[in-house]
Amino acid sequence: MFDNLTQRLDQALRNLRGIGRLTEDNIKDTLRNVRLALLEADVALPVVKALLEQVRVRAVGTEVLKSLTPGQVFIKIVNDELTQLMGASNDELLLTVTPPAVILMAGLQGAGKTTTAGKLAYFLKTRQRKQVMVVSCDVYRPAAIAQLKTVAEQAGASFFPSETNQLPAAIAEAALKAARIQHADVLIVDTAGRLHIDSDMMQEIQQLHEQLQPVETLFVVDSMTGQDAANTAAAFAKALPLTGVILTKADGDARGGAALSVRYLTGKPIKFMGTGEKLEALEPFYPERVSARILGMGDVVGLVEAAQQHVDQAQAQKLAQKVKKGGFDLEDFREQFRQLQNMGGISSLLDKLPGMGQLPAGAASAIDDRQVKRMEAIINAMTPKERRKPDILNGSRKRRIAAGSGTQVQDVNRLLKQFDQIQRMMKQMRKGGGIQRLMQQFKGRMPPGIG
Amino acid sequence: MFPNPTPLTDSNPDSLFKRLKAGLARTRAGLAALWSSSSVDNTSIDALETALLRADVGIEVTALIVEQLRQTAKQQPQIDMRACVTAQMLRILTPSTPPLTLPTSDKPCSILIVGVNGVGKTTTVGKLAKQFQTQGCSVMLAAGDTFRAAAVEQLQTWGERNQVPVIAQTMGADSAAVIYDAMQAAQARCTDVLLADTAGRLHTKSNLMEELKKVKRTMARQNPHAPHQVWLVLDAGTGQNALQQAEQFHNAVGVNGVIITKLDGTAKGGMVLAIAHKLQLPIRYIGTGEAIDDLRRFNAEEFVHALLDPA
Repeated sequence: MFDNLTQRLDQALRNLRGIGRLTEDNIKDTLRNVRLALLEADVALPVVKALLEQVRVRAVGTEVLKSLTPGQVFIKIVNDELTQLMGASNDELLLTVTPPAVILMAGLQGAGKTTTAGKLAYFLKTRQRKQVMVVSCDVYRPAAIAQLKTVAEQAGASFFPSETNQLPAAIAEAALKAARIQHADVLIVDTAGRLHIDSDMMQEIQQLHEQLQPVETLFVVDSMTGQDAANTAAAFAKALPLTGVILTKADGDARGGAALSVRYLTGKPIKFMGTGEKLEALEPFYPERVSARILGMGDVVGLVEAAQQHVDQAQAQKLAQKVKKGGFDLEDFREQFRQLQNMGGISSLLDKLPGMGQLPAGAASAIDDRQVKRMEAIINAMTPKERRKPDILNGSRKRRIAAGSGTQVQDVNRLLKQFDQIQRMMKQMRKGGGIQRLMQQFKGRMPPGIG
Repeated sequence: MFPNPTPLTDSNPDSLFKRLKAGLARTRAGLAALWSSSSVDNTSIDALETALLRADVGIEVTALIVEQLRQTAKQQPQIDMRACVTAQMLRILTPSTPPLTLPTSDKPCSILIVGVNGVGKTTTVGKLAKQFQTQGCSVMLAAGDTFRAAAVEQLQTWGERNQVPVIAQTMGADSAAVIYDAMQAAQARCTDVLLADTAGRLHTKSNLMEELKKVKRTMARQNPHAPHQVWLVLDAGTGQNALQQAEQFHNAVGVNGVIITKLDGTAKGGMVLAIAHKLQLPIRYIGTGEAIDDLRRFNAEEFVHALLDPA
């Protein structure tokens, strides 16, 4: 989601090459570009101004060390300030109270509170082994209660039923009692979406807060929000003692400036972000990674973690053996695709790699996850013998495979060609010294360092 | 606006809010000065720029408006700035607001409602049903959102409120099939307008956009002119991403109308200017609340006035 912002910042910073000291004058243009980049990324104007002022004060007069480029020095300053603005670290949910720990969800209409309530229930249940109960106090939107019921069932959380003719306060009280009786560890209270200027509704949620005394009051905000994030975040923070923020729909291509605005204006940490339609698509939010990603440094830590989590270590070892000895066949090739899918697909991996901001727009999207799926389908359509010995593939076999996988013979040929190239690469690596030669080939294609 | 930004660790929401208000007051004062003064100087330009950016108008269109204002001011020093800026914005918006004409013979007139998650598609469908009924049309709803939990029930509630039939299948059913069924039903019952709700989808998800294309193809199989209208619903709170949304949905299914929801808050919906400027898409309706009557025809002049008055 931060790609476009990254691109703009890259450009802004490139203008800073070859100067010895950062001065008011030589950073003026760059600062203006950073301002535009942040505004285009929907960072709220007051926040942009505050951030730039801090960057300017810190940057002016900074000597550029011999070992660094001016761009690197400046990027470090911007990155530090961004990271500071985003908060120091991921704050987890504080659920260490006498159960049930109550979590209150608050936000505007359509921010994704109900979906997030379900995801959060699933997260707490699967990752922290909590007994979770959910309840909806949304008596206004049609079928909001039914929606929560469905997601609760999917998440394996217990659902406390409510009716639209009840008062939210009465629902909350009954749910709290039930949660105590059933020894639920966590009670997630979903509320109706409300406008921050609707004083009746804001009063209602204040009362709910008073009554429930939640340990966590989470402000749910759409990551595509524009400048208005400043108004809403400040108003919700004023009305409720928020403890954190959840950023939703972060899997789109919004530039994510709302994250900065909300963080700054509520003063509360962003604890999670929603990254997809599925129930498990809720990730802890790591500010330092995100601000680094904004600046094009890539989320290498996230990549490593994703790899560790999803790649079967035993499988990987077996593969390494095969690469060493030769005999890497299409079965192994397919295994690679599968592991890639497990890690969230190519696009999510690319997102985390450094320097992706410098790829021309569209290049990254051309590497499509659908391609990977198609390639897997082609291999699936082969017989085991064909997978082990691709040499036996003749025209008639290829036509059968193409028909079986819903592709064209050209697609099959392309896959075989890629497989062939990989095999040849592996042969080189086996010969020794090959890795250096490979790196030589890649040199120049790697994204140049910033600055 | 924040001359002395406090460190975040001890930020107090109360004082932040106050400062934000103060900032807004300054913008308001700046704008008031801008409207009353007759010369264009840097202060007034700054105030205008700030107001436009804060309304999500975006850098490109803001720069365009400011530049045009500067040009005009050069030629005739004595200008009514507010009128000048308003006229510019109307020029951007007006080509994109042709009157809405629904076919009278080719029944049912089918309208496909699309958009990203949580913008208010289903609510808008409910309100549109009321609008069309008030105009004397018979209406049918198709529950094309078969993905989100309880979306079907939500639409059925709107159906009951309007007393119009809702064609629905179970959750997880094929959206295209539901809408196809609904078209057949609407034809059989000589319904005037069929409103087809769809699941919210991020415009970046190629598989979901393909699904939407399939819905459109399937509708065209029933009637080559269907869907007669494809309306994109946008949340007024959305920032610059709204343009990407409009572009992607337009590329996929040929949007020919935009509806802006949630304009009853402090969000200004300024991104509509960017969309009108770039894509020349007509803005049809604005949503201003949760009640069934909270939907109005888009009025460019009203919209511009609201946008230029800082809340």
